[in-house]
Amino acid sequence: MTLISEAMQAAVGRELSRAVSYPISVSDIRKWAIAVYYPEEPPRLFWDEAYAATTVHRGIVAPEEFNPFAWMTAEPSGVPPSGASRVDPDRTERLLGIEPPGLKFMLNGGIDVEYGVRMRPGDVITSVQSLAGYREREGRLGQMLFSTSENVWTNQRGEVVRRYQGTVIRY
Amino acid sequence: MADIAVGDEIPPFVREPGFHHWNRYAAVNDEFVPIHMDNEAGRAAGYPSAFGQGNLQWSYLHNVLRQWLGDDGTIEHLSCSFRGANVKGQTVTARGRVTAVTGRDGRRVVELDVWTENDAGQPLAPGTARVSLPA
Repeated sequence: MTLISEAMQAAVGRELSRAVSYPISVSDIRKWAIAVYYPEEPPRLFWDEAYAATTVHRGIVAPEEFNPFAWMTAEPSGVPPSGASRVDPDRTERLLGIEPPGLKFMLNGGIDVEYGVRMRPGDVITSVQSLAGYREREGRLGQMLFSTSENVWTNQRGEVVRRYQGTVIRY
Repeated sequence: MADIAVGDEIPPFVREPGFHHWNRYAAVNDEFVPIHMDNEAGRAAGYPSAFGQGNLQWSYLHNVLRQWLGDDGTIEHLSCSFRGANVKGQTVTARGRVTAVTGRDGRRVVELDVWTENDAGQPLAPGTARVSLPA
């Protein structure tokens, strides 16, 4: 039995979501760096403006994997839906308006990223996410569905910040 | 940086992640998912406890590259898959090993296998990286 319906297969390539960040702040960058280096001090490039100005970056930049869309975005505006809908395993198909497979659990399967220019304080990032594909296989926890999305981020000058392919495993 | 050769291992990045780490990460990434916050939810998903965010393993892979490269280096490409969960009480070590060294536009381009592993040396998040740094 397949988990991948005709409607799901037909949706490959469609846009899932589009978002525009608020301008990135030095505080956002600093807190991100503290969290991912905890409990040690993060590199000065991420929080010390005087030091960062002496580097090839000529100022603070964000860690490559920094997420400027956390908590709230400029577009869509307002506080995003809380908890349940964002961890809904059927989120992808609901965004597409098609019948979801109805699996119970969802895990982060893998990430593949090409980086472009660095994110800096003041940057406004636009994200366009689309459905890249589905596949399935039998796993330790039963029949597993792998869905891959592509997400391209650009800054306010239209420069590519990153091209991201992410795979979500559902079972 | 001195010579870089195929087979070189870069200095590891080591953490003992638990709720102090996962909660901080949840706070910056707005990633408050029950499997990362609640042992019961972790067990319901088939694991012995709550477990850390895959995205935090992803950050640790960046950290091990950044601490080796310094501020002049560039992470051009990084990938990983999530094979194992970082459950409570584990030490997580991020590592990298050089697989190719080439050049482009006056910079050294280095490809590596990268991974995080648990105490037993089992990979949690294996992947590959391509970085560049001044010649």
